[in-house]
Amino acid sequence: LKHLFPAVCGAVRRGSRRLSHVAQLPEVHRMLRQTCRDFAERELAPVASQLDKEHTYPGRQVRELGKLGIMAVEVPESLGGAGLDYLAYGLAVEEISRGCASTGVIVSVNNSLYLGPLLKFGSEEQKKQWIPPFTTGEKVGCFALSEPGNGSDAGAASTTAQLDGDEWVLNGTKAWITNSWDASATIIFATTDKAVKHQGISAFLVPMPHPGLSLGKKEDKLGIRASSTANIILEDCRVPKENLLGGLGMGFKIAMQTLDSGRIGIASQALGIGQAALDCAADYAHKRTAFGAPIAKLQAIQFKLADMAVALESARLLTWKAALLRDAKQPFTKEAAMAKLAASEAATFISHQAIQVLGGMGYVTDMPAERHYRDARITEIYEGTSEIQRLVIGTQVLKEYQG
Amino acid sequence: MSARVLVGVKRVIDYAVKIRVKPDNTGVVTDGVKHSMNPFCEIAVEEAVKLKEKKLIKEVVAVSCGPQQAQETIRTALAMGADRGIHVEVSGKDYDNLGPLQVSKILAALAKKEETSLIILGKQAIDDDCNQTGQMTAALLDWPQGTFASEVVLEGDKVKVIREIDGGLETVRLKMPAVITADLRLNTPRYATLPNIMKAKKKKIDVVKPGELGVDLTSHLEVLRVDEPPQRQAGMKVETVEELISRLKEAGRM
Repeated sequence: LKHLFPAVCGAVRRGSRRLSHVAQLPEVHRMLRQTCRDFAERELAPVASQLDKEHTYPGRQVRELGKLGIMAVEVPESLGGAGLDYLAYGLAVEEISRGCASTGVIVSVNNSLYLGPLLKFGSEEQKKQWIPPFTTGEKVGCFALSEPGNGSDAGAASTTAQLDGDEWVLNGTKAWITNSWDASATIIFATTDKAVKHQGISAFLVPMPHPGLSLGKKEDKLGIRASSTANIILEDCRVPKENLLGGLGMGFKIAMQTLDSGRIGIASQALGIGQAALDCAADYAHKRTAFGAPIAKLQAIQFKLADMAVALESARLLTWKAALLRDAKQPFTKEAAMAKLAASEAATFISHQAIQVLGGMGYVTDMPAERHYRDARITEIYEGTSEIQRLVIGTQVLKEYQG
Repeated sequence: MSARVLVGVKRVIDYAVKIRVKPDNTGVVTDGVKHSMNPFCEIAVEEAVKLKEKKLIKEVVAVSCGPQQAQETIRTALAMGADRGIHVEVSGKDYDNLGPLQVSKILAALAKKEETSLIILGKQAIDDDCNQTGQMTAALLDWPQGTFASEVVLEGDKVKVIREIDGGLETVRLKMPAVITADLRLNTPRYATLPNIMKAKKKKIDVVKPGELGVDLTSHLEVLRVDEPPQRQAGMKVETVEELISRLKEAGRM
């Protein structure tokens, strides 16, 4: 399989094993995966249904995950993180999401969308101030790009930021912000120069709570209900000018690059949901009898499970490839989009078929299949809709063939 | 206290895996099957690490006997907080025949070599359920033993062990050096955190051969055959207590 990963052979050789990461993960990654799996099985899976029913933020579990180092996988140890790579992060999010998809997205947003841009674009001062408290699970961050008027059209940000003396004054509304009700800080994207369109967007660090920042009502969602989603409303919200993240006008670039990495996180979340749904269906197939035998004996069921497994494993390989490329500091935009697209569509397909395998039992809350179905749906929408992913992939592919 | 604790950790088939007997009935299928640290060994490691965190002992050494893969189990113990590891290399036929007596001889030799004050083991392994290694090790060393421990309290040069026995709980006080085997309720093992997994990479694992310890691995046991347990038969319903008693008598169960 080594020939499939020419770009990452360097990373593999530098790694501890001669085998491709695909055939066998390095020891650290295997151990991390096992820890996350054990945690998910013992602390998340048993309460996931209740967290979903009651829309409860899993605060205790998030703090435990902080102790495990999962809330800041890529953050260097000097700043309180685990100092590991994106492959490790992807494995962690997948295993966590397999237990509870809401917890998975809380982990992913904190790692990729909040800590990610800080690590990449923050000044030394900003990193020291805004990173360490968000590595322990005590505090989580969020990422505010979408608005009621624009989701996919991120360049049309109507939230504004104007410099007034030593302060930036933010005005506008952000929509669909994951973690909003539980976050202690946010990265807000606002237009600083409307004339240059998306080159006039900048990113700002805003603590929460903060004067001038208020939250809309918690959205009543179909799935991932244990994570909070709401509008963030800014009314003459003032932050010191030191809170500008990256350079003026760099906001769009920061957002796009951040989302590239975030897609690996969401792909991993989708993989976890898909795996949980597949586990549920396969286990049920062994136990449920019909026509005098377990339904596992029926080809109709076997073919479904085969299609589910293929969809899942191919999406997983795409996700790992994207992570490995990123870890090897190679371009990974196309692969990350492919991973997110494949994994999210796999998750919805698998959870749909899992309900089918379970029949009536799949439709009731006694079994987790219906929750996986509801949780999976959002993965095709947030951090870039499947349509946007196709745009990204299509343009990248065409670039490769440009005359 | 400059005490050193030796903890034995065994690599076994993961508890969640469905065991299958090999077609030739010589054993169970282990190839490609998920393995992990014996759950009682995890409890043993946790107890040792807790003692170290309380500063009651100085060093925790994790030991495992087996082929190369045994190092993964040691690495997990290191990630839980053990300081260093010893991999006693046993493979092939020797590994197939490795049982409590052989492991006890190895542990006894290591305990003497490493100037150990306490050996903590799991009470039994979930693959063979022997529940012998701790007891045999204590006997070979002529050390006191506190088995099925649900509580361990260090008291100077002695250790108080509360043991789970059929009738309830028994408290014994052992003069160290001693052997303790961990039972289920002794503690709840910690997760290997990511920072500790990273730290574990730098911790040392020494590899040693049984011969170097002067241990003879010859087994006097021969496994003749391994079979699946009989398929569970359907039960039967009875109408009255009298009928239950007569049926039990018929079946020779009373």
